[in-house]
Amino acid sequence: MSDIVKQSLTELVENIKNKKLSSTDVTKAFIDRSEKSEELNAYITNDFTSALDKAKKFDQKPNFNLKLPGIPMAVKDLFCTKNIKTTAGSKILNNFVPTYESTVTENIWNEGAILLGKLNCDEFAMGSSNETSFFGNVQSPIDKNLVPGGSSGGSASAVAGQLTPVTIGTDTGGSIRQPASFTGIVGLKPTYGSCSRYGIVAFASSLDQAGPMAQNVKDCALLHEVISSYDPKDSTSIDFKRNHYSKELTNNIKGKKIGIPKEYRVDGMPKEIEDLWQKGIQYIKDCGAETIDISLPNTSYALPTYYIVAPAEASSNLARYDGVKYGFRAKGENLIDMYERTRSEGFGAEVQRRIMIGTYVLSSGYYDAYYLKAQKVRKLIKNDFDEAYKKVDAILTPSTPSSAFKIGEKTNDPVSMYLNDIFTVPVNLAGLPGISIPAGHDSKGYPLGLQIIGKAFDEQKILNIAYAMEEKINFKNKITDWWIK
Amino acid sequence: MSKKDSEYLINRKDNQYEVVIGLEVHAQVLSESKLFSTSSTKFGAEPNTQVSLVDAAFPGMLPVINEFCVKQAIKTGIGLNAKINKRSVFDRKNYFYADLPQGYQISQFKDPIVGEGKVILDMPNGQKEVGIERLHLEQDAGKSIHDLDPQNTFVDLNRSGVALMEIVSKPDLRSPDEVNAYIKKLRSIMRYLGTCDGNMQEGSLRADVNVSVRPKGSKEFGTRCEIKNVNSIKFMQMAIEYEANRQVDLIEEGKTIDQETRLFDTKKNETRSMRSKEDAHDYRYFPDPDLLPLEVSEKFIEELKNDIPELPDDKKKRFIEEFKLSSYEANILVSDIDTAKYFEKVVAKMGKNKDIKLAVNWITGELFAVLNSKGLEISQSPVSAKNFAILINLIKNGTISGKIAKTVFELMIDGDKDPQKIVEEKGLKQQSDPKALEALIDKIINDNREKAIEYKQGKEKLFGFFVGQAMKASGGKANPQLINEILKKKL
Repeated sequence: MSDIVKQSLTELVENIKNKKLSSTDVTKAFIDRSEKSEELNAYITNDFTSALDKAKKFDQKPNFNLKLPGIPMAVKDLFCTKNIKTTAGSKILNNFVPTYESTVTENIWNEGAILLGKLNCDEFAMGSSNETSFFGNVQSPIDKNLVPGGSSGGSASAVAGQLTPVTIGTDTGGSIRQPASFTGIVGLKPTYGSCSRYGIVAFASSLDQAGPMAQNVKDCALLHEVISSYDPKDSTSIDFKRNHYSKELTNNIKGKKIGIPKEYRVDGMPKEIEDLWQKGIQYIKDCGAETIDISLPNTSYALPTYYIVAPAEASSNLARYDGVKYGFRAKGENLIDMYERTRSEGFGAEVQRRIMIGTYVLSSGYYDAYYLKAQKVRKLIKNDFDEAYKKVDAILTPSTPSSAFKIGEKTNDPVSMYLNDIFTVPVNLAGLPGISIPAGHDSKGYPLGLQIIGKAFDEQKILNIAYAMEEKINFKNKITDWWIK
Repeated sequence: MSKKDSEYLINRKDNQYEVVIGLEVHAQVLSESKLFSTSSTKFGAEPNTQVSLVDAAFPGMLPVINEFCVKQAIKTGIGLNAKINKRSVFDRKNYFYADLPQGYQISQFKDPIVGEGKVILDMPNGQKEVGIERLHLEQDAGKSIHDLDPQNTFVDLNRSGVALMEIVSKPDLRSPDEVNAYIKKLRSIMRYLGTCDGNMQEGSLRADVNVSVRPKGSKEFGTRCEIKNVNSIKFMQMAIEYEANRQVDLIEEGKTIDQETRLFDTKKNETRSMRSKEDAHDYRYFPDPDLLPLEVSEKFIEELKNDIPELPDDKKKRFIEEFKLSSYEANILVSDIDTAKYFEKVVAKMGKNKDIKLAVNWITGELFAVLNSKGLEISQSPVSAKNFAILINLIKNGTISGKIAKTVFELMIDGDKDPQKIVEEKGLKQQSDPKALEALIDKIINDNREKAIEYKQGKEKLFGFFVGQAMKASGGKANPQLINEILKKKL
């Protein structure tokens, strides 16, 4: 069945349950496609041999009550996987093999899924183009030499390129939604505290969230249902009543009020993004919901706030990579020299840049002016959303201020790279759920996404809105298989 | 002794200097597991056998607060008469060291779990109040071992993540003696509460000592130096003595004191500079985003308050009132919880007709002497409180004399024997039959006629001779009081 890889997760689950397909059929198909797709550089580590073994084992003793019965899946290499190398895209963890499993991946395997391999990403999830990975940049399946976005670039490329039916990424400032938008797929950043951070290599603890990436909203809802769980091993995990997101999914959003924040109309935003947004507003109305103009007055402070908070936390979170206990170690004359060499050689330029920014903003004498102030602004940004949600059910914005750019186009201009996150970072700062859905193409034929932002714990509602809009948009991703010889 | 005489001052020519001391005590929380992980805290295990993935800071590992340690810290706060903060925050203290796996220590910086409090010290010239600035919870680091290999340093992470309480005093201490009393009082309170075993040999209690000097009568503080990580009271006292004199000498020479961190060299008995203020670490404190602010309810605190045992100050007051003890006696009994427990057991076992003074004298005299000579704690006493109480009662009701009691006590030590049985088996019961004693005394007077006459003529010293003779004749078993009475009558 050559069309296996084109099937959605929901279809694959259905076909396995109905015994039209075996797990081995499905696993083989995705391995085969992955092997032909080396040029995308989506994988850092593959586990194809044992994936096939696991698929065969599943077929011998299938359990069709599971939510992901025998479904093969590759995951971002930021999730620690037991006995499988986990690098976070960094040289400093080049040889690191965890003895433990992250809660989120554990949840996935417990529902019957099978690990295909570990997907490329920006080093420690710091980047918007997957160009900071020690393992090389990832190609977008949309076009040659186009970035897939980042930091979950390998994940986006693998889903859009049909190397895995669905995947999980992590999102600290847009790392799921921006690459989803760039590659024409769906990506959900859940409410902070919805998915456990246990076993995920930390970037910025108060912002990091794992989330699903999929071909469509229904698949996204199903995977989210699997990965979201309360976990006592993560003190920031929240024990709230979780929905059966896929079962409760509905395209009926009649009467829902959707806010359109005027501050997201930023200077220099291409007309095609504005047009896309207007189209989105029309789709909302077509679905029987209404749109309301709202204001999120502190939006313009979100990006500078983010680029203080995230590097500050990262500078501390990455202190453990010191060459003493695990990972890469460079030889040094003494302890300090060993630290300096290990970290200079082990971390790439972008990670070093952020460690330095973070160290600076936490320094005594600067703490109040930067970190403390950023925390106050963060509160204001959250208050903006709280105010808005008194009037609306959800908020609609573009996912990114532009479509995907060429590899190398922005590597020497970090600030312009950071601007990519302008519509996504406020959501992380406020701890809210946000979903990006493909909504159209730009003049070059590259995908463009719209973002729906919900109240905390309101994933079901934004999934429903996305589901309803998806039907109206009827987006078709233009995948030419350019990389397959 | 007047208050003036007891002042600890450093004299130089015409100048007198006062020493100002503040302590940061690091007390290991008595807890089975670590502050943010489930690893064991047991002392003395093989290196790196009590280390979880969290303690070793593996990627993606997260801290989860140990509620028991929180309770222990709050209880200690209550014991220090301190304000318990319902909301406290864990911060990261960032620095690099090989035995600090995370690259930061989780501590509490701006918002500690316990605020201001006080402890009362009993000094020879009266009571002294010492202010507590704060108490906060933090993780201990691992241990770097530099002397096992000429080229390499070994790291043992067993201690990594163990819960510590840092108790910061106000700069209220003025002498090495007060420091001694302060540490002992803290230790006593925490042992009563069961929140720290106070074992200084195992490093459960250590302190950073802040010392400054100022001319006597001055209100302003001098520049202070911090002496890091001193692990015995004796060393603290020696370090303070050295450091205060060093600072005074500098002032006398017209030099200034640099604010710096110093180390105490126990072999050379001197402090030396570790790092100056300029070289001080910038710890880049910020709230740990892996942990939510720690919030405790009024109810939670109240329940812990109900759980607080009688503490040394209250126990002392009660002992003085209830048992009519002197302040000195009460202090000796309450300062160590196990001594207090032993004493109270003895009191309970003595029953109605009890002689508390006698019991106290015997505990602080005979029992302490035996414990001392055997190097035992009172909790390991070879004589149980029950048998001890029986012994005291045997003295009190005249069954045996104090002197015989000492013999009996010697025999009790081996195997915690019942003194009653010893008395019976060895026939040590006191002779209290007046008729028998009268006959015995008649014989002695008869045998020593001349001495009896001398006594009657005024040589009163000879009374003791007759007592001694009577005791000897009875094999030490005669009731000395009766002997006295009969002798007085007959002579």
